[in-house]
Amino acid sequence: MSRLKTLALLPLAVTLSGCNFVVLAPAGDIAAQQRDLVIISTVLMLLIVVPVMVLTAVFAWRYRQSNSSARYEPEWDHSTKLELVIWSAPLLIIVCLGALTWMGTHLLDPYRSLGRIAAERPMDKARAPLEVDVVALDWKWLFIYPDHGIATVNELAAPVDRPINFRITASTVMNSFYIPALAGQIYAMPGMETKLHAVVNHAGTYKGFSANYSGAGFSGMHFAFHGLDDKNFDDWIARAKSAGGSLDRVEYLQLEKPSQNEPVRRYGSIDTDLYRAILNMCVEAGKMCMSEMMAIDAKGGLGHEGLNNTLPLAYDKYARRGTALGPEPAFVAGTCTLEAPQGQTTAAIKAPTDTAPLAGAGLKRPAFAPLRSSDSLFLGQRPKSDS
Amino acid sequence: MTISVKPQQTGEPLFYLADEHPHPEGWSTSLGFWIYLMSDCLVFAILFATYGVLGANYAAGPAPKDLFDLNLVAINTSMLLLSSITYGFAMLTMQQGRVGATQAWLAITGLFGLAFIGIELTEFAHMIHEGATPQRSAFLSSFFTLVGTHGLHVSFGLVWLVTLMTQVWRFGLIEANQRRLMCLSMFWHFLDVVWIGVFTFVYLMGMLR
Amino acid sequence: MSSPDLIKLIFGRLTLESLPLHEPIVVGTFAVVATGGLALFGALTYFRLWGYLWREWFTTVDHKRIGIMYMILGIVMLLRGFADAIMMRAQQAIAFGGSEGYLNAHHYDQIFTAHGVIMIFFVAMPLVTGLMNYVVPLQIGARDVSFPFLNNFSFWMTVGGAVLVMASLFIGEFARTGWLAYPPLSNIGYSPDVGVDYYIWGLQVAGVGTTLSGINLICTIVKLRAPGMTMMRMPVFTWTSLCTNVLIVASFPVLTVVLALLSLDRYVGTNFFTNDFGGSPMMYVNLIWIWGHPEVYILVLPAFGIFSEVTSTFSGKRLFGYTSMVYATVVITILSYLVWLHHFFTMGSGASVNSFFGITTMIISIPTGAKMFNWLFTMYRGRIRFELPMMWTLAFMFTFVIGGMTGVLLAVPPADFVLHNSLFLIAHFHNVIIGGVVFGAFAGIVYWFPKAFGFRLDPFWGRVSFWCWVTGFFFAFMPLYVLGLMGVTRRLRVFDDPSLQIWFIVAGFGAALIFVGIMAMLVQFAVSILRREQLRDVTGDPWNARTLEWATSSPPPDYNFAFTPVVHDNDAWWDMKRRGYQRPLTGFKPIHMPSNTGTGIILAGLATAMAFGLIWYMWWLAAVSFIALLVVAIGHTFNYHRDFDIPADQIVRTEDARTNLLAGAK
Repeated sequence: MSRLKTLALLPLAVTLSGCNFVVLAPAGDIAAQQRDLVIISTVLMLLIVVPVMVLTAVFAWRYRQSNSSARYEPEWDHSTKLELVIWSAPLLIIVCLGALTWMGTHLLDPYRSLGRIAAERPMDKARAPLEVDVVALDWKWLFIYPDHGIATVNELAAPVDRPINFRITASTVMNSFYIPALAGQIYAMPGMETKLHAVVNHAGTYKGFSANYSGAGFSGMHFAFHGLDDKNFDDWIARAKSAGGSLDRVEYLQLEKPSQNEPVRRYGSIDTDLYRAILNMCVEAGKMCMSEMMAIDAKGGLGHEGLNNTLPLAYDKYARRGTALGPEPAFVAGTCTLEAPQGQTTAAIKAPTDTAPLAGAGLKRPAFAPLRSSDSLFLGQRPKSDS
Repeated sequence: MTISVKPQQTGEPLFYLADEHPHPEGWSTSLGFWIYLMSDCLVFAILFATYGVLGANYAAGPAPKDLFDLNLVAINTSMLLLSSITYGFAMLTMQQGRVGATQAWLAITGLFGLAFIGIELTEFAHMIHEGATPQRSAFLSSFFTLVGTHGLHVSFGLVWLVTLMTQVWRFGLIEANQRRLMCLSMFWHFLDVVWIGVFTFVYLMGMLR
Repeated sequence: MSSPDLIKLIFGRLTLESLPLHEPIVVGTFAVVATGGLALFGALTYFRLWGYLWREWFTTVDHKRIGIMYMILGIVMLLRGFADAIMMRAQQAIAFGGSEGYLNAHHYDQIFTAHGVIMIFFVAMPLVTGLMNYVVPLQIGARDVSFPFLNNFSFWMTVGGAVLVMASLFIGEFARTGWLAYPPLSNIGYSPDVGVDYYIWGLQVAGVGTTLSGINLICTIVKLRAPGMTMMRMPVFTWTSLCTNVLIVASFPVLTVVLALLSLDRYVGTNFFTNDFGGSPMMYVNLIWIWGHPEVYILVLPAFGIFSEVTSTFSGKRLFGYTSMVYATVVITILSYLVWLHHFFTMGSGASVNSFFGITTMIISIPTGAKMFNWLFTMYRGRIRFELPMMWTLAFMFTFVIGGMTGVLLAVPPADFVLHNSLFLIAHFHNVIIGGVVFGAFAGIVYWFPKAFGFRLDPFWGRVSFWCWVTGFFFAFMPLYVLGLMGVTRRLRVFDDPSLQIWFIVAGFGAALIFVGIMAMLVQFAVSILRREQLRDVTGDPWNARTLEWATSSPPPDYNFAFTPVVHDNDAWWDMKRRGYQRPLTGFKPIHMPSNTGTGIILAGLATAMAFGLIWYMWWLAAVSFIALLVVAIGHTFNYHRDFDIPADQIVRTEDARTNLLAGAK
């Protein structure tokens, strides 16, 4: 496999060695496995694309009008054997590709926790994953480190070889959180949470950005992602701590106002409840949290009383206008002053950390052994007898 | 369609029709109208799907059982069902060529349709007066849009009905008018079928939720 | 009432500030367009052509003339859409190293939105619809489409949509949301201006036309085929047209509804796609792609049909695997509804959902691959003439396999996670749309031009255009594949990394080559008109072709065929030629034809005015136009005499003239 990969990359590497093909040469294990899938699929398809192109050229040349020596059969229009071939050849390729897709999609599901640090390197159970909460703002990125109690704008750092669990949301419109060197992208959407599990294997500074157009300041919505060793990471955290400043709700409401090409900012302390409030779109005082609203809705709404619990919207990120024919903009007022119940989150998908019995894209192939009935080549089913 | 053979060499196949055979007027109309109805059906399918997705997002506001008055809706449903029956009678009398009876049945159909629209508007006005406006929650947005789109279709059907009655009155039950009445008939019954879906999925299931 | 209130009542939110007088580029464009428009207007007036245009073209119900008007619309809009493309390429080629380029975000974001909308809705769709309109009735031996008046109305609705999009250039602004206008960005909170309203109403007005034209062509193909033409004897282009129109009818209503819901959100404040109050922007993304993916096949299937006709004609050979070609088309039609989610794997739908949609997407490549092989084996043991249509077809075969390959690659969800929204994706879909749809449309134009006008297109300028387009395409889009692999995302206005610049410059060079290709194409039209006597074809069958449209004269008479043809074989005209068919010279009968009517253009004009009123909140205009629309439509139904007979002696004259021509050519 890896030889195949090198071969496929060779021509590119030779001609374009000066360029940074980050998608083909990433620094994180997830992105590397995704890269492998890109290359394997391409090679698989070239198996059919190249013959088609060659045949096109050959036929076009051989059966040109001026070549009267070529056979001419104007009425020949059917051959069952050929038809079988032309349908089954693509079919076979797609069967292979389909199997690869099924396995690859499950193994590289961004919601799935990591099963390994890198090829040949199992998880280190002693190192808990780093939790980072990501918020796409107009037009900058906010990163909250709940375990360290700090937050940064437009700068992200993570220790090398330590799994990172991202929880991602947005404040207003849809963005896409993408660090090509680290892992594939996933949308950041307001009032919703997406997840991404990744790990960076090589220290360095990489580019991260929004990969989904989000308005006027979109071009400037990028950040630096630092893969640091443990000591440098601790220093980085300490630097943020010492930066002072506190990201509480009031400060956040200032921060989330639209602005372009923001410089890096650091906050030494945070309101620990802030990310939950952002996700549930209830940072503003008096606004009902989505989680609370969903809990009420699940019980059948608030009935007629619910008709009177809206308040006119005095604040918005933009100078928001009402609609031409509708009423003034409003919001639903929160009913409980106590902590709102946490909304349901998506069930975590746990990857087995022992990868020995798994076969899939980029994973180590097991030594050949007769399959036991309890084995499954797919997800999460570990044989009971593993040691 | 008669095919008369032009004198040709024996064994030569026939390559064209010597006689003009115009397709009768309206040859494609019923197929075309069916396809249009199916595309309209897709419009309702999407609105149903939207209601299915958003129908439980009350935004801490009222739910179906707080708002719907099933008795009123049942009366409304019967109005539309009866109008379908009376339209059926209009088609029967049309086939017998009885202009007066056809017009009378059409008029009755129109009255039932008007009653349906009237009751629906009453229901809407009542809800909006209470504060349950389409803007209050995604559930209400999708409810008003689904039911309102059906209502708009019925209103359009009424305009069409009046137009056709005028045309029957002016030109009689000529073939073109019969075809038009047939199309409106399909449209009207189609709306009836859609309404049965609305009644079941929005109102009845809503009360159970 | 005070006068500001009165002005607001009359003009809604349209003020002098809405006119982009402060944007020199737009003012310059306006000056050029206005001068050109005035010159055209003056020329038409001077040569007293308005009456002719109105009687013979604007009000026509002849499918051939409507088809030609669609093609003109498509080519005119291609110039606009391409101007946007050049501006984007120029901006991206210079906005490096702290340079902001020459376009600000306000302008640039409109340009890429308008480019996408115009190229899909007002270039690709009219070109494809125009070809179907022109060719299908001729190919099936019909006199016209099933509903000729509706056809005229559909065309003018499409024009109405195009007019609205063009108007946004000079009055107000266009959407700054990307061509599919995802909420919440496109909702009133984040796009309060008229841009998105122009987008919505432009597409709604044109969408009505497209849906009706889809219904029309389905009926035409199902009901008006010549005797003997069973479904499995239909030419492949007719088959792909049928499938395309089924797709249109089964997908455009979804677009209509989703845009209607978005406009409800924007106009009355409902909560379908809002963040608050339980709305769901994700639903919009799902719904619009349920329309959007079939749309891709709506465009490309007719192109596949054109390539089938061209390959078979210029290889002098029956199409290989007709039956499997037909089944492949039908399978693609059905599968195109089961793949929409591959446009947003990155939304977090979960691995099983993503793999399902990824694998269904890959399955589409099986019938598509089979088609590719069918064309290949049609050439096998043929006698290939490298005329322009065949050259476009070969160019298509080389480029489309690359686009197909990258498409299947993007269908693998983990691969999509790294390539989604990148320039790799941009390169991919331009690869299939230019390589498939545009090359197909050009092949179709060159192929059927002599049928429509009685003379061929100049081959020299055609070759110039061909080589510029094809090399330009590779120069313009191969760098984008490379940039995508370097992790560059789409819709960026400025860049930091100077190492990327060279690729954008190469892409800009490619765009310039394509520009030369477009210009050469316009020169080709002009030169061909000037040299029409040398390029004249009197036989009606300049390519030694195979299907029925070549059995009649070029251009065909109003009634298409003096006698309804009878079909015995797949390649009906080839079969007739082979078996010594003699053109009938006597026995002509009167032919029943639909009459022209101005109702279509009036209705479409009113619909456009209504849309304009709604865009600018001129409620009076919207209301008045709507009522007028109803009145005119109802009034039209009171006209029962919509057709006439072409008298037999007139047909005798037309056919005798052709007999003389044919005799003279011998």
